[in-house]
Amino acid sequence: MKPRLNPDWGYYLCLSILGGVYVILIVAMIVADLFYTSPEHLLSALNDPNIRYAIMLSLISCTITAILSLWVGVPMGYLLARTNFWGKTFIDTLLDVPIVLPPLVIGLSLLILFQTWPGRFFQEHFFGVTFQVPSVILAQFSVSAAFAVRTMRVTFEQISPRTEQVALTLGCTRAQAFWLVALPEARRGLLTAATLSWARALGEFGPILIFSGATRMRTEVLSTTVWLEFSIGHLEAGIAVSLLMIVAAVVVLILTRTLGLRGTGLV
Amino acid sequence: MIDVEHLHIRQGAFRLDDVSLHIPRGKYALLMGKTGCGKTTILEAIAGLRSIGAGVIRLNDREVTHLSPAGREIGYVPQDGALFRTMTVRDNLGFALKLRALPARAIKERVEQLADWLGVRPLLDRRAVGLSGGEAQRIALGRALANHPPILLMDEPLSSLDEETRDRMIELLKGLPQRESVTVLHITHSRHEADQLGEWIFRLQEGRIEVIKAQGAPSENITESRPQDRST
Repeated sequence: MKPRLNPDWGYYLCLSILGGVYVILIVAMIVADLFYTSPEHLLSALNDPNIRYAIMLSLISCTITAILSLWVGVPMGYLLARTNFWGKTFIDTLLDVPIVLPPLVIGLSLLILFQTWPGRFFQEHFFGVTFQVPSVILAQFSVSAAFAVRTMRVTFEQISPRTEQVALTLGCTRAQAFWLVALPEARRGLLTAATLSWARALGEFGPILIFSGATRMRTEVLSTTVWLEFSIGHLEAGIAVSLLMIVAAVVVLILTRTLGLRGTGLV
Repeated sequence: MIDVEHLHIRQGAFRLDDVSLHIPRGKYALLMGKTGCGKTTILEAIAGLRSIGAGVIRLNDREVTHLSPAGREIGYVPQDGALFRTMTVRDNLGFALKLRALPARAIKERVEQLADWLGVRPLLDRRAVGLSGGEAQRIALGRALANHPPILLMDEPLSSLDEETRDRMIELLKGLPQRESVTVLHITHSRHEADQLGEWIFRLQEGRIEVIKAQGAPSENITESRPQDRST
């Protein structure tokens, strides 16, 4: 017997064509990069000490940024999702500013901040920031944290407050109810926020260029490497580094999604 | 014993004024009323989950009006069970006991005793997701009773169950005050549940609580449970 055609095939075909254009664009970009470079270029890039330093700094700074973003994203997301307080709308709007601001403006604002009296005081009495490694992390964090806050807010909004209320009646304090019940339920949101922050930090360029500079073996991360290689005419090396970034991003996305879904019955 | 005196609650346009309720120690009471009339609001106020404008709440002669939910020594079963989905059924049942750092052996014994009574022993090591409505509500009931609270508050615990499961749950709930030495307030809009379970039955209607049934109560007690003069 011939399999019957789904009567809604036309509808789904239209959706697939409309949405598929974007998928094709992503695949086309990656394929174009692949064809433009060669394994020799990739190996050459990996053997370059400058690029190896940039890879190491990128991995470390992105991981620290993701942790710091969760550190602020979880409490702020919870407060915005669960409580009403004076000035909430203002705070909510303010938290979107790093998302909508041009990246160069964020870098410039950070640079100016650390030229003010409190900024200079901090650098003189604690540690140097501007044009040094901490500036890379701060530049990445300034943007990534906003995404973590948004993700965690949506996550907590989707979790019923009822389980926390039950925990309170069973003897929990507010903090215990959050730690023992709400936070474990927000596990997938936490992973998503961490992934998003990490990936956003990896791609950050504008603020780092302004606030940290692009000094080799010092503040150079993969995104600045692409620009540096491109600016001196080494397009192949730039493309090779771009591919490394794509691979890193894909590996992180697959790992976190797989680990995040484990135990949920979805994988 | 549950005593609510002159309770006033305002939340936006919704308000309850001068509501009083008295349930003697060890009784199974049902509070009936139409959807949206404020039954859950009263229950949440007794549980300490909702702030009140004025009034006094006493549980077993202890004033708890300004105590946190944790300090009220209550068990609470919400309408949807609200199980802790990241934990196993065993951890759900033993949650209140672990919180009080009871010895593992005591926790195990109590959890298994509850599991046997509720008929959920085969589910103990399963994660609390994908359970049927009846299973979830039985586990929520066991979790609420694990630490022997003197007061049990249930918010429409049977409303989402099919008829057969509901009747099985009713059989479990019958005799609960004697078995667990607990005073029960059960919110419902089902006449069937009230007929099957209620030793004391109240009806909340247009902001007034009326006593419908007060089994074994002297007539002055019934009068005491009637609402005071209502100003709104």
